[in-house]
Amino acid sequence: MQDLGIRVLFMGNNFMRLLGGLWVTIQLSLISILLSVIFGILLGIVMTLKNPVTKCITRIYLEFIRIMPQLVLLFLVYFGATKAFGINLSGETSAVIVFTLWGTAEMGDLVRGALISIPKHQYESGAALGMENAQIYRYIIIPQTLRRLIPLSINLATRMIKTTSLIVMIGVVEVLKVGQQIIEANRYTVPDSALWIYVTIFFLYFLVCWPFSVLAGKLEKKWKN
Amino acid sequence: MENKREADSHFLCLKNKKGSNGVDIDFITQYAPMYVEAAKLTLRLGAIGILLSLIVGLLGALVQYYKIPVLRRIIAVYIELSRNTPLLVQLFLLYFGLPKMGIVWTSETCAIVGLTFLGGSYMAEAFRSGLESVDKIQFESGLSIGLNHSQVMRYIIFPQALSTSVPALCANVIFLIKETSVFSVVALADLMYVAKDLIGLYYKTEEALLMLVVAYLIILLPISIIASLLERRLRYAGFGN
Amino acid sequence: MKETEKLLEIRHLHKDYGEGTILEDVSLDIHKGEVVVLIGPSGCGKSTFLRCINGLEPIQSGEIFLDGENIIANKTKWSEVRQKIGMVFQSYDLFPHMTVLDNILLGPTKVQRRDKKEATAEAEKLLERVGLLDRKDAYPRQLSGGQKQRVAIVRALIMKPEIMLFDEVTAALDPEMVREVLDVMLELAKSGSTMMIVTHEMQFARAVADKIVFLDGGEIVETGAPEDFFNSPKTERASRFLHTFTFDQVK
Repeated sequence: MQDLGIRVLFMGNNFMRLLGGLWVTIQLSLISILLSVIFGILLGIVMTLKNPVTKCITRIYLEFIRIMPQLVLLFLVYFGATKAFGINLSGETSAVIVFTLWGTAEMGDLVRGALISIPKHQYESGAALGMENAQIYRYIIIPQTLRRLIPLSINLATRMIKTTSLIVMIGVVEVLKVGQQIIEANRYTVPDSALWIYVTIFFLYFLVCWPFSVLAGKLEKKWKN
Repeated sequence: MENKREADSHFLCLKNKKGSNGVDIDFITQYAPMYVEAAKLTLRLGAIGILLSLIVGLLGALVQYYKIPVLRRIIAVYIELSRNTPLLVQLFLLYFGLPKMGIVWTSETCAIVGLTFLGGSYMAEAFRSGLESVDKIQFESGLSIGLNHSQVMRYIIFPQALSTSVPALCANVIFLIKETSVFSVVALADLMYVAKDLIGLYYKTEEALLMLVVAYLIILLPISIIASLLERRLRYAGFGN
Repeated sequence: MKETEKLLEIRHLHKDYGEGTILEDVSLDIHKGEVVVLIGPSGCGKSTFLRCINGLEPIQSGEIFLDGENIIANKTKWSEVRQKIGMVFQSYDLFPHMTVLDNILLGPTKVQRRDKKEATAEAEKLLERVGLLDRKDAYPRQLSGGQKQRVAIVRALIMKPEIMLFDEVTAALDPEMVREVLDVMLELAKSGSTMMIVTHEMQFARAVADKIVFLDGGEIVETGAPEDFFNSPKTERASRFLHTFTFDQVK
């Protein structure tokens, strides 16, 4: 029986439907990643300010977002916003809001870390060469910051893609949901389809995330020191 | 439908009793025990999963440290698979997929196996980077005063590796406890399940969510504080060159 | 030169890493109480030579006898051999997670299973000898390089080794700390310890050595008493090497 179960993938457009479901996840993650990078860079810069008020606010934001499971945040926005503000947010919108809030916090912390990790004498030796402030940033600080930041950001992106799988819990029709539908539809014809569908989804996620992990690892090694 | 209406009337009647802050205290006291039970479940399964993750991780890291042939490849593949797939999908596979192969596990077993499968690779990476951080010459230095291999590991390499690993291990513990929030997909009545249930049944969204957040804060805040204290102590305490 | 029994005999030692030969047919005798200083250009194999004697590097052929016993044998218990051979490294390599005293006591208590009280008493005596008794409860990171290196010497000494190997122990130190370490070594030499020293400090080599061994390209090029070697090297390679330490007047 088991060797036959795999045929469920090739029946009709089942496989394409799974890919379509995966695409929903990827789209939502990509939007969230993009927004997180933009807001995260801003947040990171704000976090390096010595202002006690911004320090306190960003700190609380960061700690709260990071300590809560992402699924709790999803619930807060998806169920909470609807109830509290009477607005009916779709699962997709809630997902983008939550993953952007979370991604921004993580990204902000990475940016802050990368910025403060540049030793002071790097600024000084730039100045010693007679460089302008803008030149010091352009040629010395930003390139070094990016080298630290890019591998970590890629890792964050894979984490965000993996975490986006949670949207099935707030009713978004994504790859797991499509998988369930296919399993339901073939309940009698292919009784063990569940195994094949979930194995496929497992490897689909792997194929999406793994290249990013490899890339991040390579860049990290290459840019060490 | 009857249920829904009953819930609605229940909701309306409780609404009248609402305090000035708009939160229904009676509801909270009534249903708090459910959260306590759910939190206990989360903590119990989380603790078992984390403990097993530590064991798997330590073994995995040792296999890589000693470069044991074949096993080392298997561990490398496992780490990649585990780190590049979501726990949610791993749990679906364990709970709904494996029974079709004749492997039927209870919800709790699935949750523990899933958490261990995920956590093992994270712990392995933490231990591995700790072991790698100890300079090779420390090993030779130990040998040169006559310690044998296992004594060098026990007195010199492990203590240093472990203290370097602690921040990453703590981060993993917090990460894994947060990950337990998906346990409801394998039909476990965890915190998320209880919250969703209360929202669905009584439409008590604010109260249900508030208790949810508080429950996770009660679980995670102490761990996070202990972790940062531990990290600070290790950083400023006696050693580290 | 003292005529006493041979402590260490090295016969036709050969060592290579894949392609490159590091040590080629090196033979050397070290007598009890003798201080042998190995000098030579960087990469000549001096450090590797010391590491081979302590079993930290496998060798391809040759024999090493310690007290007449061949230690290049499959059944060699290196743990026992290493108790007789103390070694101090360039980068000190104290154990950062232990205090000075614990660093010193690890060998005696875990390897030799000596009584902790007795070992502590000896450790304190040795620390006093190198002027560091007041730092016994400090952690390595709280010490200067010179202090760390003196602790490393004590850590090796407390095992009561028959011979001490010093691998460029002052190379990583700031100039003003070199002296305090060399003084400890001079004192050891005076008290009759058997020592093999790899160093770039020529003045020190001259003062401490009974025998200078000049290594170049993995082989022993010249051996001699320090006065002879430094004043009138017999080989051209040695004189060229010594010349790198002098400067011609510019003005």
